[in-house]
Amino acid sequence: MSDREHGPQHPGDACAGARLHIVTGKGGTGKTTIAAALAQALAADGGRVLLVEVEGRQGVATLLGSPPLPYEEREMLSVPGGGSVSVLAADAEAALLEYLEMFYGMRRAGQALNRLGAVDFATTIAPGLRDVLLTGKATEAVRRRRGARRRPSAADPSAPFHYDAVVMDAPPTGRISQFLNVNSEVAGLARVGPIRNHADKVMEVIRSDRTLVHFVTLLEEMPAQETRDGIAEISELGLAAGMVLVNMARPPLLDDASLEAAASGGPDLDALAAGFGEARVENPRELAASLAGEVRGHALRVRLERRVRSDLEDLGRPLLELPLLAGGVDRAALDELTRRLAEQGVRR
Amino acid sequence: MNPGPEDDGRANRGGTGAKALDTDALLDDPGTRIIVCCGAGGVGKTTTAAALGLRAAERGRHPVVITVDPARRLAQSMGVEALDNTPRPVPLPEGARGSMHAMMLDMKRTFDEVVEEHADPERARQILANPFYQTLSTSFSGTQEYMAMEKLGQLRQSGDWDLIVVDTPPSRSALDFLDAPERLGRFLDGRLIRFLSAPASTGAFRLLGAGFNLVTSTIGRIVGKQFLDDLRSFVSAFDTVFGGFQKRAERTYRLLRTPGTAFVVVAVPDTDAMREASYFVDRLAGDAMPLAGVVVNRTHPLPEGAGSSLGAADAESAAASLEEGGVHPLASAALRLHAERVRVRGREVGLRDALLSSHPDLRVAEVAALPEDVHDLEGLRRIGGALAAAAGGR
Ligand SMILES: Nc1ncnc2c1ncn2[C@@H]1O[C@H](COP(=O)(O)OP(=O)(O)OP(=O)(O)O)[C@@H](O)[C@H]1O
Ligand SMILES: Nc1ncnc2c1ncn2[C@@H]1O[C@H](COP(=O)(O)OP(=O)(O)OP(=O)(O)O)[C@@H](O)[C@H]1O
Ligand SMILES: [Mg+2]
Ligand SMILES: [Mg+2]
Repeated sequence: MSDREHGPQHPGDACAGARLHIVTGKGGTGKTTIAAALAQALAADGGRVLLVEVEGRQGVATLLGSPPLPYEEREMLSVPGGGSVSVLAADAEAALLEYLEMFYGMRRAGQALNRLGAVDFATTIAPGLRDVLLTGKATEAVRRRRGARRRPSAADPSAPFHYDAVVMDAPPTGRISQFLNVNSEVAGLARVGPIRNHADKVMEVIRSDRTLVHFVTLLEEMPAQETRDGIAEISELGLAAGMVLVNMARPPLLDDASLEAAASGGPDLDALAAGFGEARVENPRELAASLAGEVRGHALRVRLERRVRSDLEDLGRPLLELPLLAGGVDRAALDELTRRLAEQGVRR
Repeated sequence: MNPGPEDDGRANRGGTGAKALDTDALLDDPGTRIIVCCGAGGVGKTTTAAALGLRAAERGRHPVVITVDPARRLAQSMGVEALDNTPRPVPLPEGARGSMHAMMLDMKRTFDEVVEEHADPERARQILANPFYQTLSTSFSGTQEYMAMEKLGQLRQSGDWDLIVVDTPPSRSALDFLDAPERLGRFLDGRLIRFLSAPASTGAFRLLGAGFNLVTSTIGRIVGKQFLDDLRSFVSAFDTVFGGFQKRAERTYRLLRTPGTAFVVVAVPDTDAMREASYFVDRLAGDAMPLAGVVVNRTHPLPEGAGSSLGAADAESAAASLEEGGVHPLASAALRLHAERVRVRGREVGLRDALLSSHPDLRVAEVAALPEDVHDLEGLRRIGGALAAAAGGR
């Protein structure tokens, strides 16, 4: 540990001390994957971490190759050195029933509501209510103390926290600020009353400086633009942006001079042909002409990626990079991504 | 310039004898009045819609393109940066024979306009100010789909356009586009909303019998009385408008079934998007909606010439031999890139053939991935050209 503390600065250092990590990004950029890797990295050396997904899509189960997960915090991953990651697939309906029972002891009423389709109602006309329930579930886990599994208010406030950190696999950038701004969403619908009080409490956790919103992006224009917009939006709400995580990064195959040449005029056909000749492939000249387009395409893509990357650097957030792993993401690949996060300084 | 498949976005049919989607024939047919581009999220619906509109204009038609959430730079290049719900002329490059308009859908504004049209001013004012209406018109999933259809109906009614190209909202599933408007209708008509909004003395409550007190008092305790009051006034005000909505939606759906309409399903060559495309094709057939074909966007065709017959394993072993000697890094990089390309292409062809084997009559056009994003008219022109080239009609 101490070598890390006194070692050089790492971009992931910014994470240390945060208790709620909210992972967002454009759809398909790797939010679920990175959230799971982040949870494992935070659990290293004996940590207890909860990974919550809120979109009802069973993304974590898919990632881990397990059957659909119930609405229950379940220890799913253990980390070398004794840490563990529990997973919760939160859904609004179950959260509502639990909420009614926990705060009002109204189990029967809850069931009646459910039969009437009231929960459906809450999740359709008033997405704000749904968001309050989902974020409420995550923030309850953040506040929960040991020895009081259910009722936060009944806990001894000096007891240590139940979880060292909570990681949320959150909605995509397009909806993140609305999702996190539960207070104002609910304010229009419920100006007073218990839902409102609940929303205020949730907002307190989300606004705290121990909550960070991380952005997963690719080195492409659209996800980078969404990252920029997302950071601006959440900052406006008074929430703290954490890391920018560049996912699926690929190393360039050429040195800078060849990249530059290939991107502008096309690759050096003589050099290509000479190399193909040396490797004894057939028709080196024709092949050079034929493959030139692929090389140029690569060079153009690298140039675009570099431009996007430098724009992302200008955001002033710690920038971390995770490689594109061949063959998709299995458990071993997830561990590899976890290791890459730790290398870049990510820890509790 | 260095021609190559990465370079000119050329499409190809792929050699399985499948029938190609002939977009130029579709655009040139004056009977084609509506083209709907749909597909899973992020596959290139907006790009394809804009490219088809531009191509049509260049070939002498006068289309309007309704875009939904276009990327900022693309919107800029079409001159529709402002969300104002009005078709704006797109400055076309020299030589275009027709003209083009584009607009960006503003779903809230479209919704507001419908309310204003159907309700008397006092009621419209009540509805527009109600917090439930505000959520419904801004964040109910399905409203965007409904409003895209509403706008299509309006533009069609106006008779100002000889071709309307419609982009569809970004949703996880292509099917949302057909299902969402109905879901909105079902919801507004639902049992609970009637129940919650009924005054306490009416039959709705008696019908539910014992236990209803418990339920209303529960709801009241959680959300507050004011919530219920807002909901009641919303539902009663909206009732008058709502009949109109249902009818309009039905009319627009009938329009989608007429022969002047053509659906273009957009996909990218990955498992999820191709599965979505396949579901959607079946669904259109089931609903008797006219399908023109599938655009498989962002593919990675093999280069023409000698590279087309160099396999992945051979390319890799040649690259390895150069790397071992530490010589010719450019050539070895080219061989590695090619090996990767051959593998990617193999997967793409497999996905396309699987789609074609379950839908033998399907017409398909491929559009190769351009090395950079499509954010100007030149990029759209290349996509339009690639689509046309898929039918051999360059
Ligand atoms: N570093 C990586 N290397 C290779 N594949 C990756 C990597 N990160 C993610 N993937 C793959 O990319 C796909 C999308 O990842 P993931 O599901 O985590 O994204 P997401 O942002 O959660 O998507 P959604 O928006 O649909 O929830 C998955 O197939 C995943 O296995
Ligand atoms: N053939 C192509 N080559 C390169 N980039 C492309 C191609 N087609 C589309 N793109 C790019 O892919 C991104 C997504 O395209 P587009 O916005 O058209 O998708 P969409 O289906 O409308 O997405 P959404 O579901 O979010 O509305 C854009 O950045 C666009 O420039
Ligand atoms: Mg996910
Ligand atoms: Mg779009």
